[in-house]
Amino acid sequence: MTFNYIKDLIHAIRSLLKGMKITLKYFFSPKRIITQQYPTMKPVLAEKFRGEVVLIHDEQNEHKCTGCTSCEIACPNGTIKIVTKQEVNEAGKKKKALDVFVYHLELCTMCGLCVEACPTAAIYMKNSYEHSTFDRHTLLRKLNQEGSKLQSGIE
Amino acid sequence: MTILKFILIPIIIIALFSIIGMFLVYMERKVCAFMQIRIGPNRVGKFGMLQTVADTLKLVLKENFSPKYIDKFLYNLAPLLAIIIPFVLTIPIAYSKSWQIWDINIGVLFITAFSSLSVISILIAGWASNNKYSMIGALRSGAQIISYELSGGLAILTIVMFSQSLKISEIIASQANGWWIIKGHIPVIVSFCIYMITITAECNRAPFDLTEAESELTAGFHTEYSGMKFALFFLAEYLNIFILSALGVILYLGGWQPFHLPNLLEFNNIMDFIPAPIWFFFKVFLIIFIIMWFRWTFPRLRIDQLLKLEWHFLLPLSLLNLIFGFILIMLNFIVK
Ligand code: SF4
Ligand code: SF4
Repeated sequence: MTFNYIKDLIHAIRSLLKGMKITLKYFFSPKRIITQQYPTMKPVLAEKFRGEVVLIHDEQNEHKCTGCTSCEIACPNGTIKIVTKQEVNEAGKKKKALDVFVYHLELCTMCGLCVEACPTAAIYMKNSYEHSTFDRHTLLRKLNQEGSKLQSGIE
Repeated sequence: MTILKFILIPIIIIALFSIIGMFLVYMERKVCAFMQIRIGPNRVGKFGMLQTVADTLKLVLKENFSPKYIDKFLYNLAPLLAIIIPFVLTIPIAYSKSWQIWDINIGVLFITAFSSLSVISILIAGWASNNKYSMIGALRSGAQIISYELSGGLAILTIVMFSQSLKISEIIASQANGWWIIKGHIPVIVSFCIYMITITAECNRAPFDLTEAESELTAGFHTEYSGMKFALFFLAEYLNIFILSALGVILYLGGWQPFHLPNLLEFNNIMDFIPAPIWFFFKVFLIIFIIMWFRWTFPRLRIDQLLKLEWHFLLPLSLLNLIFGFILIMLNFIVK
C-alpha cells in the first residue's frame, strides 16, 4: 500500500518531467518552427489539390468540350451550367456545340465528380486556392475562352 | 506629501499593472507558440509586440453586452472585485529595498488571506450569470481554491518557520546570506515545488483550469461576460500570477537581492551592480515562465483527480515536510 503510493508518486513525477523536457526542447529550438507565414510564404500544394474547375485550352485556343452536359448532370450542387448552340460544320451538317460553360465557384464543393464524368477529359481541377473576393459575383466564371472552339477529332 | 503619495502611488501601480498585464499576455502567447513549434503573434509591431495593445483596444471598443436574466448588480460587481484583489495584494510586495508600499508585520498572511478572496469574485460571477456552465465552473473553482490553499499555506509556513517572521522585509533580510531555496535543504525544495503547484491551481491555470475548461464548460465562469468585463477577469488572472510569483520570489529566491556565490567576491560585486528591481522582475518572470511551461505541457486534470492530488498527495506531503523542517531547525541544522 505505502509502497504502491510511493511508486505512483515517483512514476508521476518522472512522467511529468519527461513532458516538460520535451516542451523545453521545443522552446529552445526555434529552427524547428513549422508555421507557414501565409502571404509571404506560399504553401506547396499537391498537384491533385482541388481548388477550382478549369477547362483545358491548348495553344490554338481549342478545348475538348463537346457540350454533352455530363458534368452538369453529375454535379450535385448545380454548379455547372452548359449552354449549347447549334453549329453548321463543313459538311453542312448541324451539330451541337458548347456556347458558354458557366461555373459558379461559390457553389462548388470541389468534389471532382464533374471531372470524372467528362467523357473527353475536357476539364480538370486546378490546385489554385486564393479565391476570396469582396464581391460574390466575381466568382461566377465563364470557363471557355473567347473565340475558342472544339478540337478537331473530338466527338 | 501624504496627499501626493495617495495620488501618485495608485497611478504608478495602475500603470505598472496594465503594462505587466499586457506584457504577460504577450509573453504567454509567445511562450506557448514556441513550445508548440509555432511563431505566435508576429504581425502587429516588431515581433508582434503591439499585438496585446491592439487586442486591448479591441476589447475596450467592444459592445458591453449583458444577458437578460442576470443579477445585474452582482454581475457587474464580480469583474470589479476580481481586478481589485491583485491591486490590494501588491501592497506588501517589496520590489526593492525601498520600493514597498506598506511593510505590514503580517505581510505574508495578508497576501494569503486576500488572494483567497479571488474565489469570491468567481463564485459571484458564476451565480450572477444565471448559466449552468458558469455555475459549474464557479463551484469547481471554489472546491479547487479552498483545497489548494491548504497545502499552499503549509508550504509558505515552512519558510515562515525558517525565517521566523511574517514580515516581508524580514523574510528577505533572512536570505542575505543565501536564498532559502539554496540554504534550506530538502524541506524548502519540497515546499517550493508544492508552492509552484498551488499557485498554478490558485490562478486557475492549466493543468488546473477546470473553472473555464473550454471543452466542457464553454468558458466556465466568464461565459456570459464580454468586452471590457471579460478583459478585467483576464487581466486579473495574469496579475494574480504576477503577485503570487512575486511572493514566491520573496519567499524562496531572496526577493530583490542579487544572486551571490559564497567566497567569490568579484562575481558578487558584479551581481550587486545590477539594480534590485531588475533582479526582482527577472526572478518573477522566471517563475512565471515555469508556470507557463506547466500550462503548455500538461493536460487538464479531471475534478476528482484534482482533489485527489491535493488531499492524497500534496497535503500529507506538505505536512510531513513541515514536520521535517521543524526537526531540522530543532537540530540546528538550518541557520537563519
Ligand atoms: S467539383 Fe463537384 S461541385 Fe464542383 S463543379 Fe464539379 S461536380 Fe460540381
Ligand atoms: S466538360 Fe466534359 S462533361 Fe462537361 S459538357 Fe464538356 S465534354 Fe461534357
